[in-house]
Amino acid sequence: MNLLVANGLGVRIEDVPILSDVSLSVKAGEWVSIVGPNGAGKTTLLSVMAGLRRASGSMSIQGRDLSEMTPRERARLLAYVPQHPEIPPGMTVNGYVLLGRTPHLSFLGMEGSHDFYLVEQVLEQFDLSSLGHRTLESLSGGELQRCHLARAIAQATPIVFLDEPTTALDLGHQQQALDRIRLLREEHRVTVVMTMHDLTLASQYSDRIILMAKGQIAAEGKPEEVLDPTRLSELYGAQVKVLKVDGHLVVVPSVSKENS
Amino acid sequence: MPVKQLFAKAVAPRSPGVVTEKLRIPSLLTGVLAIAVATAAGLLLGPADIDRTNVLKELLDRVPLISVDSGLSAIQKNIIWEVRLPRVALGALVGGTLALSGASYQAVFRNPLADPYLLGAAAGAGLGATVAIVTGSGDGVGTFDLVPLLAFVGALAAVALTYLLGYSSGTQRSPAALLLAGVAVASFLTAVQTFIQQQNVETIRQVYSWILGRLNTASWDEVSLLAPYAFASAVLILVCRRILDVMRLGDFEASSLGIRPQLVRLVVICAASLGTAAAVAVSGLIAFVGIIVPHTVRLLIGASNRVVLPLSILFGAAFLVFVDLLGRSLASPAEIPIGVITAFCGAPFFVIVLRSSKRTLG
Repeated sequence: MNLLVANGLGVRIEDVPILSDVSLSVKAGEWVSIVGPNGAGKTTLLSVMAGLRRASGSMSIQGRDLSEMTPRERARLLAYVPQHPEIPPGMTVNGYVLLGRTPHLSFLGMEGSHDFYLVEQVLEQFDLSSLGHRTLESLSGGELQRCHLARAIAQATPIVFLDEPTTALDLGHQQQALDRIRLLREEHRVTVVMTMHDLTLASQYSDRIILMAKGQIAAEGKPEEVLDPTRLSELYGAQVKVLKVDGHLVVVPSVSKENS
Repeated sequence: MPVKQLFAKAVAPRSPGVVTEKLRIPSLLTGVLAIAVATAAGLLLGPADIDRTNVLKELLDRVPLISVDSGLSAIQKNIIWEVRLPRVALGALVGGTLALSGASYQAVFRNPLADPYLLGAAAGAGLGATVAIVTGSGDGVGTFDLVPLLAFVGALAAVALTYLLGYSSGTQRSPAALLLAGVAVASFLTAVQTFIQQQNVETIRQVYSWILGRLNTASWDEVSLLAPYAFASAVLILVCRRILDVMRLGDFEASSLGIRPQLVRLVVICAASLGTAAAVAVSGLIAFVGIIVPHTVRLLIGASNRVVLPLSILFGAAFLVFVDLLGRSLASPAEIPIGVITAFCGAPFFVIVLRSSKRTLG
């Protein structure tokens, strides 16, 4: 069953098309990665699908039109982690993760014991319990990324949108972050839609890949169907090879003989 | 949904493991104590030489079921109840209101330099007061004086104009457009005010005295004029304190958490401007309180708006009562304008706090 359905999404900025007639659907429990070269419209598509940016076309979640939902209703259905989340000065890890409970509180309401207990569980899941009193600016990149994910999970939504969740992380932390998302997806049966630059990681963790170019979908399907070396070379303007190592796809740049 | 099922199990008493920033009893008591000390000092000290023990007796005498003969003359009693106490009360109300307004502007604009006069309230009030003074409609003293009324109207009109200009600029309704509109409106109104002032040099001293801020004309009339606005403004802002912590994430992320940032900004700006306009109307322009007090709270106690907003009221109130006391004591019997003494004492104190604190400013 389709959880998310987008029809003819389009965004123009100063008459320049950023997204053109993008239609796609995402099934419940699926992990979909949106990939593509810089300027392909990945982040714009993600923010439009999350209802955070105006666009032409329509977008529905669980059969309900996104434009008919209040911001609070929308935030109870999907959590969004931007590529560069704000780090408010002086905010503690506990306070930051607790903000994830916002859509579940009324405008004037305050957090109750249920919210605190839930946040404690999420902090534990993300190994953040011992860092609860620390301020965000005192954390390392990997710890911060865990905080962002923890806030999204504390939001307790069936869908999580992640914009480049592994940016600025080293190899180990990239893998740990994605493993954690995989674990959460299995435990909570969350639907994950994320944008990624790393095609290898995207292929290894996602059920499906949507390849974007110039604001349109260039290809979509299972990783082995989409990650075609000729297509990638053409879209990225780079020489690439797609290898299979231990049953996993690996996309590597290949230096042409003339350049070597 | 499976997610809901999982979290539905999570019903348990609040764990001590998740402790967040909130208003704690010691901080609250410190604020209350600061106001109590400031009030006591404001009542006990002054140019009129009144025995302090007798002042305390006079205060005790007003406590229900207690009867003490203070031995004060009718004039001395009048000084305590009709001069010193309204002045302390007005100082506390103005200080608390300006500090809270500053803290809330800083929160909704995510700008540490935001102060209560950011959207043109000072310039609007200045123009209103100048018009009232030069037309002979008032001198800032008395109940039916037009200076506070025109200052109040001027402040609110300036903020409304800023808001309309800022949100009709078409730049995606960004807070920056609103700030720039505030600069434009303030500059324009200040220019008009200066022009009117220059055309009426005979009233320049009165206008200048108003602009520097004063509490020396404080009476119960002014206290009762300000109190309802200050109270309404404080209640509106304090109920938004949790939402204002979400706003610290910026408009985009606050929206993703189900908040309408522009609506929150409008509510808070209206509330803060109402309080500021009423405070300015009765006390003139008192600078610095709206910046120094909230930042001191952030540096010493915490950055969460759940802490900063209520404590700004308490410490803002205590600060202005103390500063007013200094203003009327240092060069007694003459008075130093409160706006001068605010910056004179506040700036060095703030630099000390800034240098010694390990916390960061929000």
